[in-house]
Amino acid sequence: MMTLLNNSWATQLSSIVLMTSLGFLSQMTHATSTPQWQQTIDQGAGDTVYWHAWGGDVRTNDFITWVGEQTEILYDVKVKQVKLSSTSEAVTQVLAEKAAGQNTNGTVDMIWINGANFLAMKEQELLHGPFVTDLPNSKYLNLGPNAPATVDFTEAVAGLEVPWRLARFVFIVDSKRVAQVPLSMAQMLTWAKANPGRLTHPVVSNFMGTTFLKQALIELTPDVSLLQQPATEQSFIAATAPLWRWYDEIKPYLWRAGKNFPENESIQQQMLSDGAIDIAMAFDPAAAAAGIASGLLPKSARVFVPSQGSLGNVSFVAIPYNASHRAAAKLVANFLLQPETQARMQNINVLGSFSVLDPTQFNETQAQVFADLPTSEALPTLTELGPTLLEPHASWGEKLKQQWSQRYSQ
Amino acid sequence: MLTSHWPKLLMLIALGMSILLPVVVGLGEALRAAFGILPALGRHSFSVDAWQQLWQLPGLISSLRLTLFSGFAATIMALALAIFGSSWVYNISPKLFFLDKLKPLMQFIMVPVLAAPHAAIAIGLAFLIAPSGWLARWLSPWLTNWTLPPDWATVQDLWGLSLTLGLVIKELPFLWLVCLVALKQINVSKQMSLAQSMGYSHSLAWRKIIIPQLYPLIRLPVMVVLVYALSTVDMAQILGPNNPPTLALVALRLYTDANVQMLLPASAAAISLAMLMVMSILLWEMSVRGLMLVNKVSIRSGERASKWTLLGTILTTALPISFLLGLLSLLVLAIWSITWRWSFPEAWPTSWSFDYWLQLLTEWPLALKHSLITALMSSGLALMLTVIWLEVQDRFGGHVYRATLWLIYLPLLVPQIAFLYGLKVSFLRLGLSGGIGTVIWAHLLFVFPYVMLSLVDSWRALDQRYLSVAASLGSSSWTCLWRIKLRLLLRPLLIAWAIGMAVSISQYLPTLLIGAGRVESLTTEAVSLASGADRRLVGVYGLLQALVPLLAYSFALLLPRWFALKHMK
Repeated sequence: MMTLLNNSWATQLSSIVLMTSLGFLSQMTHATSTPQWQQTIDQGAGDTVYWHAWGGDVRTNDFITWVGEQTEILYDVKVKQVKLSSTSEAVTQVLAEKAAGQNTNGTVDMIWINGANFLAMKEQELLHGPFVTDLPNSKYLNLGPNAPATVDFTEAVAGLEVPWRLARFVFIVDSKRVAQVPLSMAQMLTWAKANPGRLTHPVVSNFMGTTFLKQALIELTPDVSLLQQPATEQSFIAATAPLWRWYDEIKPYLWRAGKNFPENESIQQQMLSDGAIDIAMAFDPAAAAAGIASGLLPKSARVFVPSQGSLGNVSFVAIPYNASHRAAAKLVANFLLQPETQARMQNINVLGSFSVLDPTQFNETQAQVFADLPTSEALPTLTELGPTLLEPHASWGEKLKQQWSQRYSQ
Repeated sequence: MLTSHWPKLLMLIALGMSILLPVVVGLGEALRAAFGILPALGRHSFSVDAWQQLWQLPGLISSLRLTLFSGFAATIMALALAIFGSSWVYNISPKLFFLDKLKPLMQFIMVPVLAAPHAAIAIGLAFLIAPSGWLARWLSPWLTNWTLPPDWATVQDLWGLSLTLGLVIKELPFLWLVCLVALKQINVSKQMSLAQSMGYSHSLAWRKIIIPQLYPLIRLPVMVVLVYALSTVDMAQILGPNNPPTLALVALRLYTDANVQMLLPASAAAISLAMLMVMSILLWEMSVRGLMLVNKVSIRSGERASKWTLLGTILTTALPISFLLGLLSLLVLAIWSITWRWSFPEAWPTSWSFDYWLQLLTEWPLALKHSLITALMSSGLALMLTVIWLEVQDRFGGHVYRATLWLIYLPLLVPQIAFLYGLKVSFLRLGLSGGIGTVIWAHLLFVFPYVMLSLVDSWRALDQRYLSVAASLGSSSWTCLWRIKLRLLLRPLLIAWAIGMAVSISQYLPTLLIGAGRVESLTTEAVSLASGADRRLVGVYGLLQALVPLLAYSFALLLPRWFALKHMK
């Protein structure tokens, strides 16, 4: 899975012509116009969409800026990213508006969301929809039963959010320092014992820390199918017993003997870059390639996944129930599903996030755009990424978090 | 006499409406939530579940211990160093190595660290002292033999020592400056020479005569430092341990939990933090009174010779070191802002880049504009309100003064996150949402107390004889205010304004929450980017964030000198 570095992709930066051609795009969108959609286009024109999205990644921020430039040309819709340090800030925002009885003219038009935040908004009925199938470009999605785009951490999406990028859990190593990467949790234990203080995970209150525990749990638990059901007291104890045995054994060999942890995955990657640890984590197969491209990781950084596969989930955008610019937000969401948009997003020189679309729905030109994308030695192919493991029901993450601090916070 | 109460009453009402009401309303929401009532989540009945949930959090006791230790230790150390540093400025303590040459410039050298955002100092310091940091890189591998950094706990240690160090470094210039401003109100040189003529040694005279006069003047700023140290989020996140973290971070984690039901224990945590602060203030005050009593006994003893103590040695060493660390933290951040890659154990970056600065040219004008407007408006308004408030007290008597003073500080005593949510709901109910005006109002809640407390002691220490003379010469009270008070107090007024600017610039949550994300500022940009942990970007934004207060402080320090020069001509 690990390959030697060949940095040639960086020189291919200009080799791909991206779809900034105005004529081509407007042709695309108008071809699919139904009267209902035309109404959305008319309503949205002239609006600004306030897209609340985590702002910690410069490349994502730049991509969102680009999206706004395109939708302005196409629909006269501007996009303004409200950069959050945590997605829950947007959830609280909508909740406060609901508490104040502001059921229209809300300030949040669109949120980059998934998992527990989605579950919270869905439960509190804070989302607009279902609306996914209203979007003409939803035809590029596989919305069949149990398709990844229809389930968010085992919770039914129910048309309340639109997928826009794929996330896969990966480990990152500096291939210069680690010759043989641990491909299972058992190997990881052996590796940690041989390299004490060189492994850690983000603090468990952070979602990446919980993800690491979930990844370990899936590998170690006797019956994986149990994790797709809500966790009960009993099933949790039985399913997690091997995980805690494993963690008790590995903990003394973690960085700082498992007494302190990096605050989030970005800090952890910085520690990898500083040489303080040897293995970092990310929810993005392009993490190593993107980190190299932005100078945040050494050129020898590589990703790897356990041989059984790794957790995968989908990033969505949702529209709050009281959004001011609902129609315009739909136009932006639809634009995100455009095959050309997704191809640009998958371009390692832009974002490097895998497309959420179903390639079988592409015409030849569209398929060609994807085939022509530049590659990077640090970017794994889909085959190298192996099987995608399903996210457990959201209650497992919640309980893992509690149980972990019960055991390991003094 | 009834008429004379009108201005005071009006002032009280205006102040109550603009400052107190929002905080009380916001806090009320938090209290309700802590006791189970949060209608937006469908929770309507009183319960103490949230408190139980909070007490059952693993490691809560460690969190409390950590919070109290770092908060008190940092305040005591920063205060000791600031008072010691002031005595050095007045040539009372021994030489301080390299600082002696810089003495005339001292106030200006303090300014960068004073102006820099807490998070920037914390990130700089963390990089400086980490096992993979700058100091280690200088010494590696030739001295240490490290090709990879060792697994040492020099940052985020479990005791919170590095957090304490960061707080001391950041708060020292603030307290020092406050001391120097306050000392102008005391005739130091005259009293010192008098004491010397009576046979007191320099350091003893400072301790027995000056400090007892100085402390009452700086009491409130010291409280603010104590409260900040106990409730800091940004510094604790970077320098403090995280399993478990400080109480403020426990509250923040609960507030930002994806499970919105956690808002209830989060509110309980925030209320607990507020109570912890009130108790800490009481404890501090009682300890200070005790110390003053002890000091009085020693004053009466009449002892005149001073012994060179261990404390003196510690202070003499610690002051230059904390000063240097503060400046180095900023310097290393500046270096990072033009770095592309910098690997361990290289002493300097391996490749450079101005990309982030150039990128900013297209991105920062709007954020800078918003930051400037809110800072200028809120600090200007706060200064005006403060002067009016103090002047009303002067003219119509200040019986309600003490009680209201504590209320003014309420926004500083309660964790922001605790009442901002409730405040936001109230603002929304009033139909005030997302505008820059609302953000200015929200900033005012925090800027006003800071401006007030940096000004109030100097204002009240103003020699009343000037005013009596002016009044006897037939000047109206307006002339007194304009031609005497404001002129004589120009320096403290400007410093208070500059502190207000710095406070406004650094507000994150009020800008984001009350501005509904529509008012992007340097700080909202910086904090969201900091969650991505890119030191280069944090360097750029941290320096930019420091720049505005830096200009304000320089202006505040230079303008009175310029006036003085002009006057001499």
